[in-house]
Amino acid sequence: MILVATWLEKLIGPRVSSELLAKERQKFRRPTIFLSLAAFLLLVSIFFPYWRLKLEAPQYPQGLYVRVYINRVVGDVREIDELNHYIGMRSLQDAAQLERSLSVFAIVVISLLTLGAIYVHNQLAAVLSLPALLFPVIFLGDLYYWLWNYGTNLDPRAPLSSAIKPFVPPLLGVGKIGQFKTIAYWDIGLWLAFLASILIVIGLYYHRKAYKPLVDAMR
Amino acid sequence: MGRTLKRTLLAGGIGLGLLVFVLSSCQQGGQTPGVSGLSKEAQSVIKERGLKPQDVVAALKTYLPTGQYDEYIMFSSGGHSGQVLVIGIPSMRLLRVIGVFTPEPWQGWGYSKETEEILAEGNVDGKKITWGDTHHPALSETDADYDGQFLFINDKAHARVAVIDLRDFETKQIVKNPIAISDHGGAMVTPNTEYVIEGGQYATPLGWKYASLDDYAKAYRGMVTLWKFDRKKGRIDKKQSFALELPPYWQDLFDAGKGVSEGWIFGNSFNTEMSTGGVEEGNPPFEAGASQRDMDYLHVINWKKAEEVVKAGKYKVINGFKVIPIETAVKEGILYFVPEPKSPHGVDVTPGGEYIVVAGKLDPHVTIYSFEKIQKAIQEKKFEGKDPYGVPILSFDAVVEAQVEVGLGPLHTQFDNQGYAYTSLFLESAVARWTLGGPYSKLHKEEPWTVVQKIPVHYNVGHIAAAEGDTKDPDGKYLVSLNKWSVDRFTNVGPLLPQNFQLIDISKPGTNMQLLYDMPIGLGEPHYAQIIKADKLNPWEVYPEIGWNPGTQSKDPNGITAGQEKIVRKGKTVEIWMTAVRSHYNPERVVVRKGDRVIWHITNIERAKDATHGFGLPLWNINLSIEPGETQTIEFVADKEGVFPFYCTEFCSALHLEMMGYFIVKP
Repeated sequence: MILVATWLEKLIGPRVSSELLAKERQKFRRPTIFLSLAAFLLLVSIFFPYWRLKLEAPQYPQGLYVRVYINRVVGDVREIDELNHYIGMRSLQDAAQLERSLSVFAIVVISLLTLGAIYVHNQLAAVLSLPALLFPVIFLGDLYYWLWNYGTNLDPRAPLSSAIKPFVPPLLGVGKIGQFKTIAYWDIGLWLAFLASILIVIGLYYHRKAYKPLVDAMR
Repeated sequence: MGRTLKRTLLAGGIGLGLLVFVLSSCQQGGQTPGVSGLSKEAQSVIKERGLKPQDVVAALKTYLPTGQYDEYIMFSSGGHSGQVLVIGIPSMRLLRVIGVFTPEPWQGWGYSKETEEILAEGNVDGKKITWGDTHHPALSETDADYDGQFLFINDKAHARVAVIDLRDFETKQIVKNPIAISDHGGAMVTPNTEYVIEGGQYATPLGWKYASLDDYAKAYRGMVTLWKFDRKKGRIDKKQSFALELPPYWQDLFDAGKGVSEGWIFGNSFNTEMSTGGVEEGNPPFEAGASQRDMDYLHVINWKKAEEVVKAGKYKVINGFKVIPIETAVKEGILYFVPEPKSPHGVDVTPGGEYIVVAGKLDPHVTIYSFEKIQKAIQEKKFEGKDPYGVPILSFDAVVEAQVEVGLGPLHTQFDNQGYAYTSLFLESAVARWTLGGPYSKLHKEEPWTVVQKIPVHYNVGHIAAAEGDTKDPDGKYLVSLNKWSVDRFTNVGPLLPQNFQLIDISKPGTNMQLLYDMPIGLGEPHYAQIIKADKLNPWEVYPEIGWNPGTQSKDPNGITAGQEKIVRKGKTVEIWMTAVRSHYNPERVVVRKGDRVIWHITNIERAKDATHGFGLPLWNINLSIEPGETQTIEFVADKEGVFPFYCTEFCSALHLEMMGYFIVKP
């Protein structure tokens, strides 16, 4: 029994005795609060767009919008596809199919891993929360890959292929394609994910402060 | 005098200064120009054109900068163009033409299966008719106020009524009157659009039969038809509709009672002389023969009673249509006559339904009848006799409320929110503003039943239309004078001159009516128009779903989306399911053999506002307008071999010219 406990404690770090917990409740509560809040924000971000693109042109006085969620693309997609076919760009709905199909599952898993880090009282906690910490960067990296992929793989047989040279739409800020001005925004979902990352960093700092002495003591 | 002129000039100057300010701030992106007076440019324009201060004010009142919408929308008959015109007020910009009784290529109206079928509903005894004489548009009403859902309009020449759905501004149904050849007193609606009223005009034997003019009094009849409207289906229900047989006087206009007079309709008549013309045989011509008697008859009809009588089965059937005979109408208390000064024209019910205003035409008065007095006279049987068909005639003195001498040739009356009525004066070429009495007296400061101001119009005014001016709740503000002649108002464009719509500001009480704008109408001779507040209309921007059939207002079984395109041959029939999108059709090549029957469904799969595609196919007389989401079908026999390029007839995109395909008919 003791042997098992030792093996388990080696893996997930030392347990906190109830006397110590009663004495320094605040100290051990901090990492729990920050990490669970981070996991919660990440889960909530599923319901918000991560990235938004506005297209402005004279004949679209209201502008055209596309909103990218982690699992779907919404807005004037049909019309934008309609326009994109002139320059030989593929349909937006075909982009990042794999990522979109896995994204909700992935977010749930990495949120659970972050929550798991609360119960792990050693360096492994940092490893567990690393995917969540990096998620916004991973998202932007993947988005950039697809923007590059779409913008540089234009169908040479398209009507305007000679007029529009391959391009990569900006990840953030203003660009120009033909008569369209494009404005890219980072949207609520992405900001929530960034906030989650910050909370994880803070959470891990308090985590180390709380459990490092116990880990050292165990050694 | 000098001081007043100075003051008006100053006011005009400030007005123009404001215009210049607004214009220049637009140009400079909202920057304040720093000059509040008249710019030199504005002054030189005023000088060059010789503008008076009121001209400048009129210009300001009608000017709408780009992107700004009109406050009101006017639906005007297009006269014998067979169409309806949609015009914005106060800008007087023509927004749309709606094809109704006449094929119209821009809308593809009459060039597709669905639209041909609707036009064919108006065939007379199987005879194809490709024109109509639209007279009186009627917006659907709820509680005696426009609801912006449907528009009805009649065709005087063939006694037809059309239903236009205001979700897409397209004609959905045409009904041909089964008993009458021509009509005039339509379309008008009852206060909740239970019925669309269609009154006759020139008497004929009912049911399109032959009878000698020598038997006029015996065999010829007038009529009024009540078309039952099924609002849910958006269609007239012929089976539940019926007509009332009337003496062979020429019924003219009708109006439905509202408020206190709800349940009744009123119509006037002329030629109670029953003149049958024959100038060539030495008889008095109609124009004289029909104007001999001093009085004609206002028809007072209880439609709710008529409805009950039909439900009780007390009708005869003519040409498959239910008709209440005159005797039944008299016996059941459905029909009464009231003397009205000779050959009157318009009959218009006041907003609250208390009075019926009949304009004299050949008599310089408008005669105002009290509905309350009419009801009292009916109850007390104050009859001065019966006409030859046994219809009781109410005593004139017992039912008249007032007579106002408005001027020469009074025709039509409209109302505003300040207790005024407006009557067009055809012979005087003017519109008279006069005061209503009774409950309306408290709305104005003048004596009741008196003329306040006459404003000249150019020229020969027929109908007039005030903003919501025939509803229970008129808005005032604007009135349009629909003038038959323009004579010298516009640059000469040859011997056929446009009509002239004149916009008049009626917002200020007293003698302050102001003429604002002249709009030439060069495509027909409009009759009546109705003006509705623009925010009561809520049309679709694109059809609700891809594959929409406007004929049924539902998804078409042959409507498809991208990827479902196909060509299927079955024996000698080739059926094509095609999509249209910027900037191509799919398929682009359609190959058939000579003699094949071709059934061709085309769906515009666009969802963007204004992304309409056309489809013009030479030789087979086909041009479609396929609006975003719409599916249209054409059917024809490929009876000529050859190569026929079809193309998009609505400029849709930069690659519009490339939006074409080949229809190839092999020998």
